[in-house]
Amino acid sequence: MRYALRRLAFFAVTLWAALTLNFFLPRLMPGNPAISMIARFRGAITPAALKVLEAQFGVSTKQNLVSQYVTYLGNMARGNFGTSMSQYPASVSQIVSGAIWWTLGLVGLTTILAFILGTGIGILGAWRRGGTLDSVMPPVFVITSVIPYFWLGLVLILVFGVQLHWLPYFFSHDYTLAASFSWTYISNVLQHAILPAVTLLITTIGGWILTMRNTMITTLAEDYVRMARAKGLSSRRIMFDYAARNAILPNLTGFAMSLGFVLGGAILIEDVFNCQGVGYWLLDAVNNEDYPLMQALFLLITVAVLLAILASDIATAILDPRTRHAG
Amino acid sequence: MAMMRVPSAAAPAGTMPGAPLPAASQHVALRALSRLVTAVRSNRKATWGFGLLVFFCLVAAFPGVIARANPSAIAYQPRLGPSASHWLGTTGLGQDMFAQIIYGTRPVLEIAFGVGLAATAIAMLVGIAAAYLGGFWDAVLNVITDVLLVIPLFPLLIVIAGYLHSSSTFVMIAVLTFTGWSYTARQLRSQALSLRTRDFLEAARVRGERALYIVVVEIIPTMTSLIVASFLGNALYAVLFSVSLQFLGLGDPTQISWGTMLYSAENAEAFQTGQALWIIAPGLCIVALGAAFALLNYAFDEIGNPQLRPLRLTRARRMKRATAGPLTMRRARVEPSS
Repeated sequence: MRYALRRLAFFAVTLWAALTLNFFLPRLMPGNPAISMIARFRGAITPAALKVLEAQFGVSTKQNLVSQYVTYLGNMARGNFGTSMSQYPASVSQIVSGAIWWTLGLVGLTTILAFILGTGIGILGAWRRGGTLDSVMPPVFVITSVIPYFWLGLVLILVFGVQLHWLPYFFSHDYTLAASFSWTYISNVLQHAILPAVTLLITTIGGWILTMRNTMITTLAEDYVRMARAKGLSSRRIMFDYAARNAILPNLTGFAMSLGFVLGGAILIEDVFNCQGVGYWLLDAVNNEDYPLMQALFLLITVAVLLAILASDIATAILDPRTRHAG
Repeated sequence: MAMMRVPSAAAPAGTMPGAPLPAASQHVALRALSRLVTAVRSNRKATWGFGLLVFFCLVAAFPGVIARANPSAIAYQPRLGPSASHWLGTTGLGQDMFAQIIYGTRPVLEIAFGVGLAATAIAMLVGIAAAYLGGFWDAVLNVITDVLLVIPLFPLLIVIAGYLHSSSTFVMIAVLTFTGWSYTARQLRSQALSLRTRDFLEAARVRGERALYIVVVEIIPTMTSLIVASFLGNALYAVLFSVSLQFLGLGDPTQISWGTMLYSAENAEAFQTGQALWIIAPGLCIVALGAAFALLNYAFDEIGNPQLRPLRLTRARRMKRATAGPLTMRRARVEPSS
């Protein structure tokens, strides 16, 4: 119980830190960047919206920093993120709720796939210790995990899109098609998703494989595995129920964490392939100096990470009884 | 006895010399260093990583010797293919691409080493201070570390770089260090915590040594390999993230480096105009430099945990050392290939 309370307090502190970073970063930067943004949008938006914007970034208001901060925290608590400047008059919340599904679909599914495949390959590699798979694996996947994924995306576009014309590589779907539950639309979306998904899969799978393999090797040397062997259990049973089941814990924690990083983890993929997800809009906001949208997206990504860590805490507590008694 | 093959294969029987007792003197540091050198020489991944890293350092130190063309001069016909005078052809503007690759090495390495050193220094300071001071300060430093660990780094970097518009090498190092030190601080803290109750530290305290002396002379030398590993991890992180920021145009656009090359190549739509090399060449360099740091890092994991080492190597060494005992016999039977 005390442990749970401490974790909740930690989440509150982190959320507060993210909010505070959001508030102070533009004010700390040389020559308050918000001023130039507001100057740029003067005339393009209604005077009322301009007033709100000025209040949000503390430009030409008579409020002192503390009361600005309090107002800001109040706005955030009410979910009032302001108006997007570059997509005016759309509100920030509208853009975010439209973008989130593309990212969850593409990056989320790919993360799950990479975790399942990577963990499976890691288990097999450690089990056949010294086999071909095991000796080839470490150097190969150490190298694939340092490939910058945006670059791999570009190379795949070059090979399969530009040269071979096998797959579409621009946008998340064909914009002449209207969104619907028809097969043509869904297959079109899936086709567009192949290249970005493969890119992510290649660059992320190595981490899962190597972590799983390394923990599995340590677990295989444990006495209870030897005991299981002495009892004459089938190797299948030893591999999955005795070794893998215990070795998977670090990978599972990592998996929950990486689900949280789904929203912010593939910004460059969405940029390279022009999928209009969360990362695409974050970059768009940065390039257009649309600070309200930028702040809201950063906050959203942080909250997603916190929720995922909460989920991973709960999962570990259920799977590993030792943590329930620790502290 | 098919059932027995895995434990026999996984057992690290006697390849690792027993861990030396922590003696309270600089000998520990010297011995740790010489252990590092032998380790780099005996582990194939480490040798490769080290070789690559030295190669890139030489290129960065003497770019003028390798490439004679001026990397920023717009002096040639644009979009030339590879030829004897332009090994990688020219860019869309008419600059020599090979010279750009060669001169682009230095900024990347500057950022890698700068962030690697600075982030590791902060991590050591925070991690060891937290572990050594304990109590209230430990709690405070821990919360700061954990919060930074959880806040998503790349979005934060983009937000900061977005406010800054363009970042020079120095600003890039500062931003990447600020966002990057927390992970290694965590590792160093738990390592220092496990040392806290060891006898040699107790002895130093009884001798009445000052806290600074204990930290610098007694604690840090025993953590050499972890410190080296965190340097490598931070340097790798700096390479990948700085290149990504430069690719987005958030670096210094006037500087020639691999990331900004990719940025201009994408802006000039290099693929559509048939200039694949403009994108492929800098990318391969990034992968090679990243691989150098990552291979060294992974090798240090293997050195620290002998169970992870490739079996072929340890077996070959044991074969050389011992005549065929029962252990080697069994091993040879289990893996007839290779």
